[in-house]
Amino acid sequence: MSTTRLLVGPFNRVEGDLEVRLDVADGRVHAAHVNATMYRGFEQMLQGKDPHDALVYVPRICGICSVSQSVAAAYALRDAAGLTPEGMPANGRHALNLMLATENLADHLTHFYLFFMPDFTRPVYADRPWFAEAHARFAPLQGHHARQATAARQRWFTILGTLGGKWPHTQSVLPGGSARAIDLAERLRLLGKVREFRAFLEQTLFAAPLEAIASLDSEAALMAWWQQAAPDHGDLRLFLTIASDLALGDLGRGDGPCLSYGAYVQPDGQPAMRGGVWDAAQGLSLPVELAQITEDATHAWLDGDRPLHPHDGQTLPDADKPAAYTWNKAPRLAGRVAETGAVARQLNDGHPLIRDAVARTGTNVFTRVLARLLELARVVPLMEDWLRAVRPGEPWHQPTPLPDTARATGLTEAARGALGHWLRIEHGRIANYQIVAPTSWNFSPRDADGTPGPLEQALVGVPVQPGETTPVAVQHVVRSFDPCMVCTVH
Amino acid sequence: MNALPSGSLARSPGEPLNVLWLQSGGCGGCSMSLLCADTPDLPGTWRDAGIRLLWHPSLSLETGVDVITLMEDVLADRLRLDVLCIEGALLRGPNGTGRFHMLAGTGLPMIDWVQRLSAKAHLVAAVGSCAAWGGITAGGDNPTEACGLQHEDEHPGGLLGESFRTPGRPGTRAEWPVINIAGCPTHPGWVLDTLMALAADALTPADLDALGRPRFYADQLVHHGCTRNEYYEFKASAEQPSDLGCMMEHMGCKGTQAHADCNTRLWNGEGSCTRGGYACISCTEPGFQAPGHAFHATPKIAGIPIGLPTDMPKAWYVALASLSKSATPKRVKHNATADHVVVPPAIRRTRLK
Repeated sequence: MSTTRLLVGPFNRVEGDLEVRLDVADGRVHAAHVNATMYRGFEQMLQGKDPHDALVYVPRICGICSVSQSVAAAYALRDAAGLTPEGMPANGRHALNLMLATENLADHLTHFYLFFMPDFTRPVYADRPWFAEAHARFAPLQGHHARQATAARQRWFTILGTLGGKWPHTQSVLPGGSARAIDLAERLRLLGKVREFRAFLEQTLFAAPLEAIASLDSEAALMAWWQQAAPDHGDLRLFLTIASDLALGDLGRGDGPCLSYGAYVQPDGQPAMRGGVWDAAQGLSLPVELAQITEDATHAWLDGDRPLHPHDGQTLPDADKPAAYTWNKAPRLAGRVAETGAVARQLNDGHPLIRDAVARTGTNVFTRVLARLLELARVVPLMEDWLRAVRPGEPWHQPTPLPDTARATGLTEAARGALGHWLRIEHGRIANYQIVAPTSWNFSPRDADGTPGPLEQALVGVPVQPGETTPVAVQHVVRSFDPCMVCTVH
Repeated sequence: MNALPSGSLARSPGEPLNVLWLQSGGCGGCSMSLLCADTPDLPGTWRDAGIRLLWHPSLSLETGVDVITLMEDVLADRLRLDVLCIEGALLRGPNGTGRFHMLAGTGLPMIDWVQRLSAKAHLVAAVGSCAAWGGITAGGDNPTEACGLQHEDEHPGGLLGESFRTPGRPGTRAEWPVINIAGCPTHPGWVLDTLMALAADALTPADLDALGRPRFYADQLVHHGCTRNEYYEFKASAEQPSDLGCMMEHMGCKGTQAHADCNTRLWNGEGSCTRGGYACISCTEPGFQAPGHAFHATPKIAGIPIGLPTDMPKAWYVALASLSKSATPKRVKHNATADHVVVPPAIRRTRLK
């Protein structure tokens, strides 16, 4: 068996400072090393700042999930101030949920239409029966559905124009609620915009009511629904057709625990999407034990040679470190690799379709994308509920004076998974700030024990065709995780 | 000065404007912002304006070797590069090596690629404040030695050097500095207008301000069109987030000093920072990331904000402010510290005269 080595990059679409080193033998990936090729140093920049300044800095970690970063920081500051989610004015809580959901759903839409599906328009698939239709819909800058989705996305983000002033780098997200009160007429117009987006999803993506998609409760039900119409009737059906033809359910498998912190706080303080750690072997969602989270910098160009909890962690570059191959640390949960993302959220929240599909084939290219699309169907109705619950004239924001000393945590869900901020305040200034982003989990390098991260594991066994320099199957696997490299390389 | 590109790959009238867009030490937010441009068909808008994207990280199919080949074609004069757009700061660290950002798949620092491609480009544009000045990426102690293409904060220089110039369309004898489409993120309209104007040969170096920003947006102030202007007039000030009043006195707002048209060319349909309930942090200005005070609070001396409107004598401002405060209508005063209108404008019993 001869092993050849491929260096693959740049991996574009979502901000793409990603390089993958593949050892290929017998037409399959034998081992993968994932390199996040950039370092920016936000955790260093935040040292010594006024804690509120985090709300200006952290959204700028990422122009893709900037609201998620803001929400994590706002929650950390709220935790430091000793204010509970229930203590926040209801309007403020709804506003934060709405802003986060707007961004997360936009990310799912963008991922599907602009980042993931275009790979099926590559010439390598020209002989497939679905190719012509996929090309007509998803070819970059040309496909008519890709263009319609871009337009739908632009309209969708006008919701954040109203609720948050602008996007990205919205700064109305605050520890005590939102800086932007909305009035009755605005509330109604926002509801109209959500309905407009619903119409795009129901006409173009699903070719079905959102509720019909959200209520699919098993793979058998999904397959029965697929067969009810032509194989390209709606983009979900076309995706199912392609996934079936290319066996995407066998590609990029993960069997590890799946982590979600839970998202969208309800009036009772509980998240609308429950968090947890999905244990595949037991088929159970267990509580997240935050004390068990560590980051290991063994193979990162960063100081540190033992796993540390984020409260104790440091992020200091060491560009000449031997054995390092990425700027990303290796987050671990009780020493184990964990996958995060929409599939983890749906598993932990207990959606029967995703639990059924994952029970059969693990997490994989198919189930990761399916979970994202399902989430579009599930969250839009929640947004309609939150907007109806808004009460113009009641408070939107509660002041949150901060103590001089605090240790605090802010947890939320970005589109691509669990996002955590760990903050320490001393003498009224930021003494330490550590960020563990979703892509840090999914694209993590090997740890001190040599255990590869989720993507590194998922790439093992992926086919490489003769002559391929940027293997298309590898691209499907990488993009199924929807990497957000700038979050990782904060 | 670097060697100006050869004329062999000159763009003839009617040919599309070839744009290559690369990202370095930024957040990708300027690209994501661009996708929010106010049009029902963004690719159609570009095509109709004569803009051809050679490659954009979020929007192009090409990945890996195909991208590297495309850039090598530019370097070997096989492909014409009309505008090189750089998003994100240029990371010179550690110790000048550029290793904080290696272009994936190439084994080379991004700053090397940017320098070599800039020498081939007819125009170079910094998209966003990171590429223009270093921006937020140069925050704190600037751990990555981040800088802009031709500035480091307000200081000329940056990666390409103060004397760097490009020829624009060859034959016009124009000498262009880096075009700084600054903003954090930058507004999609600023980018689209700049590229469309370049494609139409309708922009000249004289249309840039002293910091290289297109004057069509940089000759405005964020203050213009601010919905809080009545509160500003009467110095009726917001005291906490979500209050309706003017945010200059207490909340750190720099809208009277920040060059941009955010309140007349709105964001995402109908927004702006001040309309969103938070202060302008002057993100189009060099060095905005290090104001020397907490962003959300206005630094004052003897109760007077230190950051007053730049074109107004301080003594006049103080005198006018105290006068207008004494004349503040009750409506404006009460609404300034509420999150919705608590005192509506009076309805007069007789017709307006």
